[in-house]
Amino acid sequence: MDADPLSNRRPETGAFFQRDLGWHAPAFTPGYKTSVLRSPQKALLSLDNTITEITGPVFGHNILGELDNDLIHNFARPGESAIGPRIIVHGRVIDERGRGVPNVLLEFWQANAGGRYRHRKEGYLAALDPNFGGCGRTITDEDGNYAFRTVQPGPYPWPNGVNDWRPAHIHFSVFGHGFAQRLITQMYFEGDPMIWQCPIVRTIPDHAAIETLIAALDRQATIPMDARAYKFDIVLRGRRSSMFENRMEGN
Amino acid sequence: MVQPLNRFRETPSQTAGPYVHIGMTPNFCGIEGAYAQDLGALMVNGKTQGERITVRARVFDGTGTPLRDALIEIWQADAAGLYNSPSEMRGAADPNFSGWGRKATDMESGECIFETIRPGRVPFRDGRMQAPHISFWIVARGINLGLHTRMYFPEEEAANAADPLLARIEHRSRVPTLIAARADDGAYVFDIHLQGEHETVFLDV
Repeated sequence: MDADPLSNRRPETGAFFQRDLGWHAPAFTPGYKTSVLRSPQKALLSLDNTITEITGPVFGHNILGELDNDLIHNFARPGESAIGPRIIVHGRVIDERGRGVPNVLLEFWQANAGGRYRHRKEGYLAALDPNFGGCGRTITDEDGNYAFRTVQPGPYPWPNGVNDWRPAHIHFSVFGHGFAQRLITQMYFEGDPMIWQCPIVRTIPDHAAIETLIAALDRQATIPMDARAYKFDIVLRGRRSSMFENRMEGN
Repeated sequence: MVQPLNRFRETPSQTAGPYVHIGMTPNFCGIEGAYAQDLGALMVNGKTQGERITVRARVFDGTGTPLRDALIEIWQADAAGLYNSPSEMRGAADPNFSGWGRKATDMESGECIFETIRPGRVPFRDGRMQAPHISFWIVARGINLGLHTRMYFPEEEAANAADPLLARIEHRSRVPTLIAARADDGAYVFDIHLQGEHETVFLDV
């Protein structure tokens, strides 16, 4: 579990910028019913980062298998592939200062092209695809870039209101370099009118914040006769210059 | 007009949802073959330094029902008080201890079990030593932004009393929500309450 040994970049040790909790969804969002009994009601204890939060696990590219970033093939029988519109999802992980973040582990999961998850709690009548598992992962390069192949997931109904539907989406789990940067989010697709009808999307109060979750169709990155491309950039918390900046002796 | 700061805003969080296992613990939910083993399933090996401990954790909703679809990650120092992270500049941590674990709560009992070691002490920003602790990060369906908290150890009474984070808790009756219990079999039991009289102190860190 170490960073790229070929990198010359010095690890950063500064505390992270304060998280803007008004930009994120609040915990209590009654339109998304499950949040009602799962939302803390007391104020959070705010604390400048200690070394516990400034540090975090960083993963080496050696944990990755050859097909980890190819959901079309990583669960398929030999010679077969998953059914659905073939896409590439690519982008860059930066921090709030605009710096590319290398060695970020990204894990993603999604429904198949019919909107069905491979999970025992899943009750939707759409068919499973025997060649689609729905999980993948990759690690950003030295500049923060990543890419993976998959099929475009379908929308699906879910029990909240009697007729609520999730827009097509891909879940992302993102590691930065500090445990305080840990983030889970969801990516949506440009042009989908169902985004704005979704109670989970609408937990986020700011329209502009929601727009940052919508990946753009990227025709320049499309592979002719193979796959369309969507571009999804991710922003992690930025950090101050040094954890020692407030030392009494100065620095 | 002034110059723009050219800062970006953090990508907003969205819930991990009920199918978090597919992406983060695929073997746990029956998707086998994609990854050799679930990441974070094993924190220690035969060469890891330090006292082996077991931590059993549960997360309860506002009715007192344990969440059977939560996912918990923990992060801690090694036995010498060093983190296995590139940002750890004080020395090299035990290479046989990752310091990071990930478990899904059981789909029936709601419990998850971490086999780890007792962490050493690490300094606060001003150099005072913090009491030994394990960081917890909790995500689940219905949780819009992952929740950070810490587990402290019940027998560390003196260290806990002097801990700078615990000292910041205004309502002293809430301090015990961060201190694990010890079961008869020696395991630490850490119950996390999302709401109610025993609501855990969650951290904005």
